[in-house]
Amino acid sequence: MVSRIKGISFSILTPEDVKSLAAVRIVTSDLYDVDGYPVEGGVMDPRLGVVDPGLHCRTCGAGIGDCPGHFGYLELAKPVVNILYTKAIYKMLKISCTKCGKILSKPEDKKASKELGRNPPSKCPHCGAEQGKIKFLKPNTFYEEKEELSPQEIRERFEAIPEDELKRVGFKGGRPESMILTLFPVSPVTTRPSITLESGEKSEDDLTHKLVDIVRINQSLRENIDIGAPDFIIKDLWELLQYHVTTYFDNELTGIPQARHRSGRPLKGMIQRMKGKEGRIRGNLLGKRVNFSARTVISPDPRISINEVGVPDVIAKELTIEVPVTKLSINHIKELIRSGKANYAKRPDGRRIKVTDDNKEELIENITSDWIIDRQLTDSDIVLFNRQPSLHRPSIMAHRVRVMPGKTFRISPQVCPPYNADFDGDEMNLHALQTEESRVEASELIDVKNNIISPRFGGPLIGLDLDQISGMYLLTHGDVKVSRKETANLFGRAGIDIDLPDGRKEFTGKEIFSLLLPRGLNMDFKANCCKQCDKCIGDACKFDSYVKIKDGHLLQGAIDSSAVGALKGKIISKLHGIVETEEIKNFIDNAGRLAVAFIARRGFSIGISDLDLPEETLVKVKKRVDLAEKHSNDLIEKYNAGEIRILPGMTKSESLESQILNVLAEGLNSVSEIVKENIKDSDILTMTNSGSKGSLINATQMAACVGQEAILGQRIKRGFFNRTLPHFRKGDLSAAGHGFVKNGFKQELSPTELFWNIMNGREGLMDKSLRTRKSGYMQRRLVNALQDLRVTTSLSVKNSNGEIVQFKAGEDGVDPAKVQWSDKE
Amino acid sequence: MKGKRMFSPEEAIGVVAAQSLSEPATQMTMRTYHFAGTAGIQVTLGLPRIIEIFDARKELATPTMEIHLDKDHQTVEKAKKVAENIKEVKLKDLVTADMLDMTNLEVICKLDAKLLKELELDIEKIKKAVKLKKVKVDGTGNELRVASMGVDVKNLHKLKYKLLELHMKGIKGVTQAIVNKDNGEWIINTLGSSLKKVQKIEGVDPYKTTCNSIFEILEVLGVEAARNSIINQSKYTLDEQGLHVDVRYIMLLADLMTFSGTIKAIGRYGIAGEKDSVLARAAFEETKKHLISAAIRNDEDDLSGIVENIMVNQVIPAGTGSFDLYGDIPKVPMKPAAKEKAEPIKAEKPKVEKKTEKKAEWKPKAEKKIEKKETKKPAPKKTAKKK
Repeated sequence: MVSRIKGISFSILTPEDVKSLAAVRIVTSDLYDVDGYPVEGGVMDPRLGVVDPGLHCRTCGAGIGDCPGHFGYLELAKPVVNILYTKAIYKMLKISCTKCGKILSKPEDKKASKELGRNPPSKCPHCGAEQGKIKFLKPNTFYEEKEELSPQEIRERFEAIPEDELKRVGFKGGRPESMILTLFPVSPVTTRPSITLESGEKSEDDLTHKLVDIVRINQSLRENIDIGAPDFIIKDLWELLQYHVTTYFDNELTGIPQARHRSGRPLKGMIQRMKGKEGRIRGNLLGKRVNFSARTVISPDPRISINEVGVPDVIAKELTIEVPVTKLSINHIKELIRSGKANYAKRPDGRRIKVTDDNKEELIENITSDWIIDRQLTDSDIVLFNRQPSLHRPSIMAHRVRVMPGKTFRISPQVCPPYNADFDGDEMNLHALQTEESRVEASELIDVKNNIISPRFGGPLIGLDLDQISGMYLLTHGDVKVSRKETANLFGRAGIDIDLPDGRKEFTGKEIFSLLLPRGLNMDFKANCCKQCDKCIGDACKFDSYVKIKDGHLLQGAIDSSAVGALKGKIISKLHGIVETEEIKNFIDNAGRLAVAFIARRGFSIGISDLDLPEETLVKVKKRVDLAEKHSNDLIEKYNAGEIRILPGMTKSESLESQILNVLAEGLNSVSEIVKENIKDSDILTMTNSGSKGSLINATQMAACVGQEAILGQRIKRGFFNRTLPHFRKGDLSAAGHGFVKNGFKQELSPTELFWNIMNGREGLMDKSLRTRKSGYMQRRLVNALQDLRVTTSLSVKNSNGEIVQFKAGEDGVDPAKVQWSDKE
Repeated sequence: MKGKRMFSPEEAIGVVAAQSLSEPATQMTMRTYHFAGTAGIQVTLGLPRIIEIFDARKELATPTMEIHLDKDHQTVEKAKKVAENIKEVKLKDLVTADMLDMTNLEVICKLDAKLLKELELDIEKIKKAVKLKKVKVDGTGNELRVASMGVDVKNLHKLKYKLLELHMKGIKGVTQAIVNKDNGEWIINTLGSSLKKVQKIEGVDPYKTTCNSIFEILEVLGVEAARNSIINQSKYTLDEQGLHVDVRYIMLLADLMTFSGTIKAIGRYGIAGEKDSVLARAAFEETKKHLISAAIRNDEDDLSGIVENIMVNQVIPAGTGSFDLYGDIPKVPMKPAAKEKAEPIKAEKPKVEKKTEKKAEWKPKAEKKIEKKETKKPAPKKTAKKK
């Protein structure tokens, strides 16, 4: 049993630490000898750890994967600054006495202690020595009164600082002289494995390259010192050593040329390895690559349940789940092996045996209850299913496997909204759960059926979509009558096993729907197809838009998106309070299949002729559009004459723009009204009324008039000098010259109009990409700020320090996902 | 029944709140402005506004105030008078013509007499308002003469521009003040905001008047008011975009931003950058800075947060990770045999066995970190043998 890590403390690595950690003293810059074996005392010394498979570590004896690697050390000929600590070094130099090493303020003198960092006194209060002014020239040189301080001198100074003085200034991580390196830690080879290319050539890691540089320069520096070379040579080499050590730690410092690979690519320093999205912390410690996962394109299957996922058989054969062999399960497992549904068998001694046709009989023979086998995924296994970007919790939910032929994951279209998925080529990921514990958690907490209600607003995330809503609307709107036989057929095709009430020759659509509802459901609300009358007459609605359900019987009103739609469905929301989640799941499944069965029987299609408007309506539309244009021209005239009404807080031209936009928008609105009254009754109307797709605006734009295309919320302005396109006169302010499209898509757009439309389309694309980036970063920041907050047993909210942020979570302790959601329209 | 509606203990409410706020943000428009009803003032809305609130920006893109008036000023005329006193007037707004007198080194401004009267200003008041150094102010009727002393001809232009930008009346920074009727009450909407100053103006009801600058509210009305302002404005921005987010999450966020007594931003320089855990800070941004300062200060990370534990491959202290099982569970024959050897007496849930195995693999890595402190060399070896 491994105990839990309670804490990690950080401090500065001292030379003693370096030495005691190290297994090897590094003396040579050579990596391999002529035979290709690593040189002892080189930076690839075999005692530093193993990276080659099959070999064992010379220090700890463990093989690859078990040997953690061991440090080496290098004695630097001259000390160098550890570049990561330069700021702290500068501070220490400033606040410590040149002579006695004490901090330049007496502990009793509170004021001087406070001022210490900003302007240290020029005289030491302890020994009275004059202090030179310390300067720090980035990246790594320090001056005292224009005299350069060598790392050696700095180290000597720091050594003189008494221990208790350090504590006073908050320097607790060790001795300050450790910030100047004398012993250089050589990282284990396991942290910088070399790669053997296909050609047999070895390619070394960036850090190895850097280490070779350091060792080489260190050697030549030592030799030069030993032979008593002139000062300038030593100084040059010293600086070079400093450069290499610096770039080993951090190769992205300003003021230091980046160390480069032969190919010109900048090398990765220690800091670069850790930092950023692909760095060690975010890339490897917080986010990991996983096994037992699969990814493929998704496609819809309206016949499977919302908490199922269709898994291609090829994937199901590849993904496995570990099952221990027990006395009770041994026969079952033998059967699995016999039928080729187990991929591996693990013997108690840890050997993994691949199950093949040749050895399976032998395995069945030998298997005992301490074996573990890897069994293939089968129906009703629970798996995690995910679509990126994972913006919220329901972006990962647990589904039940249904192995199917084909090569795509099949999901019910009802679960698209939480994943924000569609089927235009989206891919999704699947993860097979490996432990019993995780499978239990998955089925209790993240199963789709337990995530129908969104924690965000407490409403349903899952509901019928598109044709399912259209079908439901067609079935329940008005007086649809279906014969008994046809009804039985309908349920049969929908795969719903239900007993039809006896003695009825005919059923209405509403009665058919009611069969899916649980008894005891009472509600009334306005349907999506509500005409928004000035005064709602409730029960007596002429348009069948007032839904009334009593004891699970739909008495009146059409069932459309506001009843069963995703994100809106009032019935789904209401069911959440009265029945088990399993039943809600069944309701959504059945309603979807029933609607599809009905719409498949009726047929559903739209054509271009559905957008035909009668001749006189077209004339009316044209008149209205022309009127709007005329109004805008009037405004322009007024503007030119200087008589335009100036709106508060705007300039003249701003007022004009705003008024033109208003006039044109008004025009489009009345065109919409005309279209609404005169458009043929077709499936387009079915869709807009039921709320399954599209709106009146879409119909208007297709049939009559597209309207104003705006860029940044304003009429189109830019383009050529003083005009938008060469088709217009300079200084032209007319509607047509600034993005007004007076034709509908069906009538065809003029070349300039098409251009406006495309401009608008492009703006949409730009806006989208900009927005995703901005909101993505905001999400990261929000999650980072809030992630440690959790509800305690007493319902207060605490952060990871145990500080109470809220005495009661959400002020009343009520979980929005568990409470009846009321639509606040 | 009531208990069923409550949050589950150890629920990671923070993450849910963060996701609930940011998931709809992807659907928001970027368009920055919009005609806020009849007000005629364009206000930043949508995603940029949300980011502005969460970032706790001090300089807003569009600072605005909603000024309520007291009982004595509930007519259009009186409201307009108050608005006049609030809107900033610069000298250039009053000047009809300006000239430079090169010989006398003077700037001459002709003032709009009508406007002066409307704004209840006169030449004396203006003369007083010209508070420039090294000038001599003179003027009669509608003419203002400002003679420069010690400025040469070249710089006379500069003086003129400086002069024209001078503040004459109203509140600095309030560029628009529009009178509107809202719920049967006359209010003034402004562009530009200064809650402190506006409260002192006659006719203003200081109890109802608000602004959209959270920092100003913090300064004038205190943290609790600032917290409410964060809630109200986030809610307003989200509702305006037609997005539903439960208020409880917004309240939680506002509480987190304000529970220290001042407003802390969400980003790097706020809550995320001031966490106790070194690893959590390093994981967010500025990895190097946080690790180095931790070494110097000898910081200890007690692994009490979420990311820290993920980093060392431990179960996180939230949700089901906060619980464990106690007590002896009778041995079940279905248990794998490997387990039986390990713990014959203290039989626990099978899950423990799984965990042990997984962790053992990771031990060397985790151990390395502690090693600095304890230097337990045999530890990795042990693990190796076990396997």
